[in-house]
Amino acid sequence: MPTISINVNGELREISDIDPNTPLLWALRDHLQMVGTKFGCGKGLCGACTVHLNGAAVRSCSIPISEVDGQSVTTIEGLAAKAHKLHPLQDAWMEHDVPQCGYCQAGQIMSAASLLSRNANPSDTDIDDAMAGNLCRCGTYKRIRKAIHSAATKGGAA
Amino acid sequence: MNNDLYNHDLEPDVDMPAEFIERQNRHSAKVSESADSFIPRRQFLKMSGIAGGGLVLAFSLSRSPRAKAAHHGESDSTEFSPNAFIQIKPDGTIVIAAKNPEVGQGIKTFLPMIIAEELEVPWESVTVEQSAIDAKRFGPQSAGGSQSTPRNWDPLRQAGAVARAMLIAAAAKTWGVSESKCNADQGFIINESNGKKLSYAELATTAASLPIPDGKTVPLKKRSEYKILGKFIPGVDNQALVTGQPLFGIDQQLPGLLHAVYVKCPSFGGTVNSANLDAIKARPGIVDAFVLEGNGVDNELSAGVAILAKSTYEAFQAEKALQVDWNHDPASKESWTDFQKQAREITSKPGKATEEQGDFSAAQSEAKTVVESFYTYPFLSHSNLEPQNCTAWFRDGKMELWAPSQTPQSIAGMLSKLLDIDQSNIEVNQLRIGGGFGRRLLNDFACEAAAIAHKVDAPVKLMWNRESDLAHDFYRVGGFHNLTGALDSKGRLTGLQDRTIVYTPAGGDGKRPVRGGNVRASNIQCPEIPNVRIEANSLPLQIPAGWWRAPSSCSLAWVFQSFVHELAVAAKRDHLEFLLEQFGEPRWLKKGKANVFNTERAINVTKLAAEKGDWGKPMKKRQGRGLSFYFSHLGYFAEIAEITVDSSNNVKVDRVVVAADVGMLLNKSGGENQVEGSVIDGISTLADQEITFENGAVKESNFDTYPLLRMSAQPNIEIHWLTSDYSPTGLGEPAFPPLAAAVTNAIHQATGKRIRAMPISKEGFKIV
Repeated sequence: MPTISINVNGELREISDIDPNTPLLWALRDHLQMVGTKFGCGKGLCGACTVHLNGAAVRSCSIPISEVDGQSVTTIEGLAAKAHKLHPLQDAWMEHDVPQCGYCQAGQIMSAASLLSRNANPSDTDIDDAMAGNLCRCGTYKRIRKAIHSAATKGGAA
Repeated sequence: MNNDLYNHDLEPDVDMPAEFIERQNRHSAKVSESADSFIPRRQFLKMSGIAGGGLVLAFSLSRSPRAKAAHHGESDSTEFSPNAFIQIKPDGTIVIAAKNPEVGQGIKTFLPMIIAEELEVPWESVTVEQSAIDAKRFGPQSAGGSQSTPRNWDPLRQAGAVARAMLIAAAAKTWGVSESKCNADQGFIINESNGKKLSYAELATTAASLPIPDGKTVPLKKRSEYKILGKFIPGVDNQALVTGQPLFGIDQQLPGLLHAVYVKCPSFGGTVNSANLDAIKARPGIVDAFVLEGNGVDNELSAGVAILAKSTYEAFQAEKALQVDWNHDPASKESWTDFQKQAREITSKPGKATEEQGDFSAAQSEAKTVVESFYTYPFLSHSNLEPQNCTAWFRDGKMELWAPSQTPQSIAGMLSKLLDIDQSNIEVNQLRIGGGFGRRLLNDFACEAAAIAHKVDAPVKLMWNRESDLAHDFYRVGGFHNLTGALDSKGRLTGLQDRTIVYTPAGGDGKRPVRGGNVRASNIQCPEIPNVRIEANSLPLQIPAGWWRAPSSCSLAWVFQSFVHELAVAAKRDHLEFLLEQFGEPRWLKKGKANVFNTERAINVTKLAAEKGDWGKPMKKRQGRGLSFYFSHLGYFAEIAEITVDSSNNVKVDRVVVAADVGMLLNKSGGENQVEGSVIDGISTLADQEITFENGAVKESNFDTYPLLRMSAQPNIEIHWLTSDYSPTGLGEPAFPPLAAAVTNAIHQATGKRIRAMPISKEGFKIV
């Protein structure tokens, strides 16, 4: 088993003794003990496992770790640029009290962050399109949309 | 009119999980309506010797006060850890324990809010800590039946008020003035005569030395004085959630943790003849694999194959390679298609009345118009986004669990019998739960994790994948209702008959319905109908049934609220006026019984929904406005849905107006979140959700075949709260039941098509 090197949240991490087919999701959770990224369906259907790969939102449950060797991954734990200053989306999520159970919200925020990095002022339709791959069983969609608009207003692409 | 059909305490299975009620009863001599008796005077215990000093109030919410009082003298604090309900530290920090499991209903925030309100402290000064699972200290700890609010309202207000009274007494003693001159205000006691003030922190140590007043005699605040309750208070875990900190069951980490899967027979109840265990054990990363025979109880331990691996992925891969020769002899052979055929046949014939009032046959023969319709709805899965999981560690004869469970207190008793471990050697930790909806009222996943951990020398995290989660749920039962309604010449509803099926557990006595599967006349919620006949035909069911958000009401509301609309249309009458007529005079059908129908509250929310939802205003072609009402889990909800249907039968739910009476809204944010979520859940369910099974095995396997609503389909949701003087009641469930009929009644208005089979995809409609 080869050693895999990935840049996770700005830090180079080496993972040895891992099956190269292991999805990025489980490499993060089981091998790096970073559990903010969640398992929901294992088939890229729910979006709970969304992370950024080289800046783009991807479903980490469906990407083998061997394919991300040498690349950069950002997870919910590393979304805030600095520990004391959260991403505007994280602030907006708290202000609008988006979470119910909260399980899907890391994936929701990662998808939203990817949207705002491409489109600083998205319309409702832009939001619906970008967030279509993220399911929320509790039904927090209204607040997710509101929080994305609110973060966009406050310069959420940052 | 008086109506004896309604004059009963709802059967546990109609409105609340029976096992939940049972558990509550173990803590009480009787279930009282307000639960106001469950903090007796001497149950408040001060604690001394706490690091850092200050005032710490621990009190038991146990319902057996006498035994408790005899057992613990006030000076005996040895059984109490510092993890008490209220802790006021000398540095001004207020720590409040959150006692019940958080499943997304916001309880970790709003139960502490109740204490903080009466304690009279700014919410910003409060730190909330999740409590241990301990019935002795925290009383019943569960999340189900929307019961946490009504059951904790009085005890937790009293808890805060007792602490406040002691701080006032401490200030009075310090200043040498009468207590009546001392007022509590946002973390300070103010001396009315001279304006001096002392902080709670300064008073804490003195307060700790004073006697504890009787919780029932301390004055409680008036609602008009509330500073926290009713406000928009965000969840206490939000920061941890949005930064990805470990909170959930699935996030549990332990040194040397092994990752387990547990594979059960796809057909319910099947057992293991043999499996390719040697081949599985030879796979990379696999630590062990073995068969567990189980005890055959569906909500405890079913037979299966356990695989333990160094990583979740290796365990999942091994599951794919696992070959089991299942013994199908004891397994379910049931099929949804057969169920449908059988139910059609049985309910098309006259049966025995299980509940009756008046003379339905006479009403039918005297009727001007008779309407007969057959309604059916499918089995449903809970589909929590966090798949079932549990972590267990057996060492030195002790079992410790980290369980995302809605009923954590019932785990130790089950495991004690299952694994022959003394209950005192079983410790359960509660973790945040990625969705409950009733699934985690049953603890099969905890039994599995513990049974596996019992056999190995390492901590074990059991992880279900999505497929096993859908295949081994406790399903909301499907149902069938052959309804007949009789209308007289004035268009009045004179009779209603329901020929239906009530499933009972296979192998049982055929009397007690499956979980959440009962049908009662009171579910019709039209107490003015003079002639009512229910024929509930009992059929055995082996497929595991479970409580699903608003058990019974979640399906029956759609049936009866659709049929009432159908009858109004047949009578050529306005639906609102027709529905109000079924409530009759404003009255409480059994005064003082919160779970018995109160027509006044029903009328009020229905009128409010109509007013706010533009009832009677014209709609454009292919648009519709539908009304529905339901009373469940102590809450009164009326909902109006406005929809647009295009020529391809794509349905857009444009707007949902909700009128609610839950007495008082405790947290504007959390409460509205529950209502918005219930509306989304309602649309999600009616759109395209259906669990089907053949030869005892579920066919749907993931979110591609069991879809959840996506963001683009969400409607505008408006919520109107009717404030009443009734005690506040829960919001996890009651906003769900009315939604479906509001939408399908609107579809009828827009298209003329009556939906009588759920989901609406069966009838050619699609939610967009």
